[in-house]
Amino acid sequence: MFKYIVKRLALAVVILLGVSMIIYFLIRLMPVDFIQSKIDAISRGGATVSDETVKAMYEMYGLGDNTFSGILKGYFNWLGALCRFDLGTSFVHQAPVADIIVEHMGISFAIAFIATVFEFLIAIPLGITAATHQYSLRDYIVTVLVMIGISLPSFFFGNMLKDLLALKLGWLPPSGLVDATVMQSGMELLLDYVRHMVIPILTIVILSIGARMRMTRTNMLEVLNSDYIRTARAKGLKERVVINKHAFRNTLIPLVTSMAGLLPTLFSGAIITEQVFALPGIGNVALDAMNRGDIPFIMGYNMFLALLSVLGVLLADLMYAVVDPRVKLE
Amino acid sequence: MEENKTLFAEQTEELDLPVTEEVETPAVEDTEVPLDRNVKLMSPTRMVVRRFFRSRLSIIGLIMVVGLFLFSFVGPLFLAESMHTEVIDGVETEVYTPNNGKWGEIELDESGKVDYATSEYTYEVDGVTYTVRQTTENQLKDNFLSPPSKDHILGTDNEGYDIFVRLMYGGRISLIVSFIAVFLITILGVLLGGLAGYFGGWVDDLIMRISDILMCLPGIPILLILSTLLDASGIDAKYRIYLLMIYLTLISWTGTARLVRGQILSLREQEFMVAAEAMGYSTGRKIFKHLVPNVMPQLIVQMTLSLGSMILYESTLSYLNLGVKAPYAAWGTMINIISTNQDILQNHLYVWVPAGVCIVIAVLGFNFVGDGLRDALDPKARR
Repeated sequence: MFKYIVKRLALAVVILLGVSMIIYFLIRLMPVDFIQSKIDAISRGGATVSDETVKAMYEMYGLGDNTFSGILKGYFNWLGALCRFDLGTSFVHQAPVADIIVEHMGISFAIAFIATVFEFLIAIPLGITAATHQYSLRDYIVTVLVMIGISLPSFFFGNMLKDLLALKLGWLPPSGLVDATVMQSGMELLLDYVRHMVIPILTIVILSIGARMRMTRTNMLEVLNSDYIRTARAKGLKERVVINKHAFRNTLIPLVTSMAGLLPTLFSGAIITEQVFALPGIGNVALDAMNRGDIPFIMGYNMFLALLSVLGVLLADLMYAVVDPRVKLE
Repeated sequence: MEENKTLFAEQTEELDLPVTEEVETPAVEDTEVPLDRNVKLMSPTRMVVRRFFRSRLSIIGLIMVVGLFLFSFVGPLFLAESMHTEVIDGVETEVYTPNNGKWGEIELDESGKVDYATSEYTYEVDGVTYTVRQTTENQLKDNFLSPPSKDHILGTDNEGYDIFVRLMYGGRISLIVSFIAVFLITILGVLLGGLAGYFGGWVDDLIMRISDILMCLPGIPILLILSTLLDASGIDAKYRIYLLMIYLTLISWTGTARLVRGQILSLREQEFMVAAEAMGYSTGRKIFKHLVPNVMPQLIVQMTLSLGSMILYESTLSYLNLGVKAPYAAWGTMINIISTNQDILQNHLYVWVPAGVCIVIAVLGFNFVGDGLRDALDPKARR
């Protein structure tokens, strides 16, 4: 077990190095005058990009020196800063990138976490009924509905919900995180947060139920076909007990494992949904940064996402061994 | 048919051959009838086709996909420019009609539109307030945001383009782009997965580590960077999306490669591979003639399902104004306007809803077909 973890950690480091190389060289492909024009645009937009920030960035990434050794030097410079958790200073926000990521991560996490809880609460029972009633009308209806959910583009469905629930019916606020026109505090403020988050969370849940439900259904079907379920039935156990106690518990193994894989989704922010509802989450901030050419932020954000994916994969593999005693790690 | 036999060699083995189907025979007492008269042998391909069409969902999916194809590829043909002779003032004249008298992809409706703008001024004279309401009538050049009518089946958008016609051209882009992407992904995936699975050792390690790295690259953010790169290089708006999708294939072949590798790892231990070895076949022949065809069923399913996700990718990019840019049409581009214009989002549904419906139909259609194919090709399915 210990040896396995060490091996996986080493692999994770290799993967992160690879990702950092790709991201660095992508940014290096940008012409310097293009970067300069983007910086000028940001300055015109109101934010003052101080010369020190720009100079620091040029130094950090070794921009402008396009010889082979210059590129290598720039890369290792940047990598060294990364290892010290120094992601540079964002042009647009005039603050360290890491601080901005941490600042906006909370909102994204809250939305993603609540959405995930609902996703599991809805998708698992649906998957189980679909599996226990395989090929019945119920199975068909559930399958078709979740398939429609999977096929919806988030920007289209989010806007539709926004138009219907917020603009047409006026039940909920259409965008933002709080109503800035009124001073609120305590419970009121919390309630306002909740009201603003209902539509975004609804969008995410409906779009993501499908994959989880189908996963549950497939696993449940597999379990239901196994020998010990036949034994349980032969013993004369009630169908309810067979399903809930014997079958469902074993379906939990892949479900729990997949939870570790959720790590990137929880923290990385839903770019499109946050853009549609103008939520100040990390995804929306990143989208804005990319449109405005805030290079330090783009690089920092991408490395952050890569780190999350690597950790997610690693955790999923380890969870698998912890949850399922039949799995032996070599 | 020769090809199909190799294709399903594995499946038929597991299926307790012969696959039989009862043929209704009159209940005669003649027991002399040989067994094969009562029994009709089905080729594996026919069986798959039969099982595919038995599911209603796959038929619906097929209809959706074929319908969209006809709409986007055959539809614009009715809009082709034409020359026809007409008798004008007793003289036969050649009349040229662009787009067959209908609207083109980037043709503005310049029939004009009257726009009213109202403004109010308040004066205060001797303590009495007067309100002057002034309405200006503007004669505008383009007939934009016109609701569905006989002239424009689905109306015009905020620029004055015909929405119905743009849906067709947008469909062309989405479908072509996703087919190219899936095709390239499959080629790359089969090639690299095949090499990794067949040779194992350091080749396998190298290819799998590269795929590990690519799998951890964030998808949309990387495409955003690439799109900025394209901006910097000043590429023509028309070709952007193709380049972006090619980049996308370079980072998304990993799933296919893993699938192919896994299958080949288990297949290469089987007897028919030992036989191929004994026959002294070349490595290329062994991989691409004996191993890859056996992965085909799973590969086809994967390709169909990824067509759907590629369409989603393409439309998301276009929605973010990174893919196909105006004036050219793509389904995502047509929805893009609502991210900045709340009036259209709320009051002009005909501008953006049809494009969204088209995306849903396309993705759903491919998902249904892919699911149907999966069930039909699954040798373990008993239904």
